[in-house]
Amino acid sequence: MMKLSLGPILWFWTKQSVFNFYANAADWPVDTIYLGETVCSRRRELKPDDWFGLARDLKECGKNVVLSTLTLIESEADLRGLRRICDQHEFLVEANDQSAVQLAVQNGLSFITGPSMNTYNTATLKVLARKGLKGWCLPVELGKDTLKCLIDELKEEGLDLPAEVFSWGFLPLAWSSRCFTARHFNLPKDNCEFRCLEYPEGLELRSRESQELFRINGTSTLSGSRYDLLQELPGMDDMGVATVRLSPEHQGMEDVVKRYDVVRRGGIPDLNPLALTEAPPCNGYWYGKPGMDIVAPSKT
Amino acid sequence: MELVCPAGSLPAMKTAVDNGANAVYFGFRDSTNARQFAGLNFNDKRAAEGIEYAHSRGARVFCAINTYPQPEGWEQWKSAVDRAAALGVDAIILADMGLLDYAANRYPDTPRHLSVQGSATSYEALKFYKDNFDIRRAVLPRVLSVDQVRGVAKHSPVELEVFAFGSLCIMAEGRCYLSSYVTDESPNTRGACSPAKAVQWQETPQGLESRLNDVLIDRYSEGESAGYPTLCKGRFEVEGSVYHAIEEPVSLSTVELLPELRALGISAVKIEGRQRSPAYIADVTRTWRQALDALNANAENFAVDPVWNETLSGLSEGGLTTLGAYHRKWK
Repeated sequence: MMKLSLGPILWFWTKQSVFNFYANAADWPVDTIYLGETVCSRRRELKPDDWFGLARDLKECGKNVVLSTLTLIESEADLRGLRRICDQHEFLVEANDQSAVQLAVQNGLSFITGPSMNTYNTATLKVLARKGLKGWCLPVELGKDTLKCLIDELKEEGLDLPAEVFSWGFLPLAWSSRCFTARHFNLPKDNCEFRCLEYPEGLELRSRESQELFRINGTSTLSGSRYDLLQELPGMDDMGVATVRLSPEHQGMEDVVKRYDVVRRGGIPDLNPLALTEAPPCNGYWYGKPGMDIVAPSKT
Repeated sequence: MELVCPAGSLPAMKTAVDNGANAVYFGFRDSTNARQFAGLNFNDKRAAEGIEYAHSRGARVFCAINTYPQPEGWEQWKSAVDRAAALGVDAIILADMGLLDYAANRYPDTPRHLSVQGSATSYEALKFYKDNFDIRRAVLPRVLSVDQVRGVAKHSPVELEVFAFGSLCIMAEGRCYLSSYVTDESPNTRGACSPAKAVQWQETPQGLESRLNDVLIDRYSEGESAGYPTLCKGRFEVEGSVYHAIEEPVSLSTVELLPELRALGISAVKIEGRQRSPAYIADVTRTWRQALDALNANAENFAVDPVWNETLSGLSEGGLTTLGAYHRKWK
């Protein structure tokens, strides 16, 4: 059976919200939980020790815990944070940048690559496998045909590298040194007043025809539509996908997890409306189309 | 510091060399490079002619193969590396780890530069690329401030090249999927951002509208100058206000930072714009050559000639330039 994972929280939530979220998640049918700040180094509601504490608690609850690293590394301080995560042997690390891979390799630590690491072909995965790669998340802009090729080629090479697919949530599409939330409030990034805390699911960016295009989340930009591959789970299972990643939202997450859990077990989900923030669905990337498209799943 | 100029065509390459480029960079006529435009770039014959022209005038030539091959494209990308090596280029500019590995093993004597698309923003990332693929040089993404560039340069195991002039990517390059979210092509997959095939222009009662795959990117009232609908430079609505929510249409220009970049030990400055005309390349290259010559003649008393700024502003998107992230306040 495919595993379910909870990706790192991409938004900026208060410390209490984060603790509450994971206190609940401890009881959800997810196998793996990614913990840590991947977007902005100014987001320090939780200190490193808070994250390690959470990681140990969740591990005790039987969860496989992975520590996620910052995606855009800009300063010596960012590297210090990264060293803290890579300089331990208790947990696997999700490397979201080559800096993290380098530090993990130096410390003899195994790692998983997150969706922002450009693993587009088998040769790349082979390079990383020699360095200690234990699993990889498909880059979000790639679809099922490419994934199937990659899984088949890895098998031919005799490499056991479990594939994970970002399957539900707003897609992380870009990272910048510039903060678009601060920009919206005419604030300098260095004095942003932590406005992201007021937007636990980001700021909606719409076209002038009210099309929900993107979600502004500090220095990162996410999709305006919510990626949802629930109906693709049987195909993913056939293909040999190991893990299905769900991206945390502050409302309705338990129902999302339950729905995915039922379907991965071959059941039919209860289709009561979810208590989620409203957003259009999308699945285009999976079908090799523009990411924002919605394609009716094929019957095959 | 080396002046590295773009060549989208043979005339542009010759123009860059004639106007003082120390090195020029080009790509093949397909999606193996990050400037895939119809009618642009080189076949092998043209590339050989350009390389001969540049080499006989003392300029170096780099070949950009800086997109990310997927399994079905692997052979094509690999063959692009073979072709570049056979042409005798002075370096191949690569981003993909698999291709870097192939090039390092198959052509150890052809130097490898890490493309900006390789997203290396720290010296630890540079060490990764150096240790594993023995890269000689890396091009830094346009997201670092001068202080951050200093931090990277201090511990860098390789030569550094930084962007000096041209279009400004404000997202960390190599990790921006905005374009494929709206169209089906991105810099990583197809070497295209906001591709021309998806662009539509329409006069409407509300004004001139630019669209990308039907998504309204901008609408111009009379008298406003319209720019190419690059996704991140559109005007959008956030909480009721309509503005350039991500970035204004401006160009990067760092001429005033030259003494500082030199002091940091930066090896080369790069001009963006393989999609630009030979006339543009001539003006930009000549101006930057003058600036670098002035710097080399007397670094301590380097002063920006107003004529340079005038020329460069005239060539910039919206007539505006910015120091981008090099200037901390921009962030």
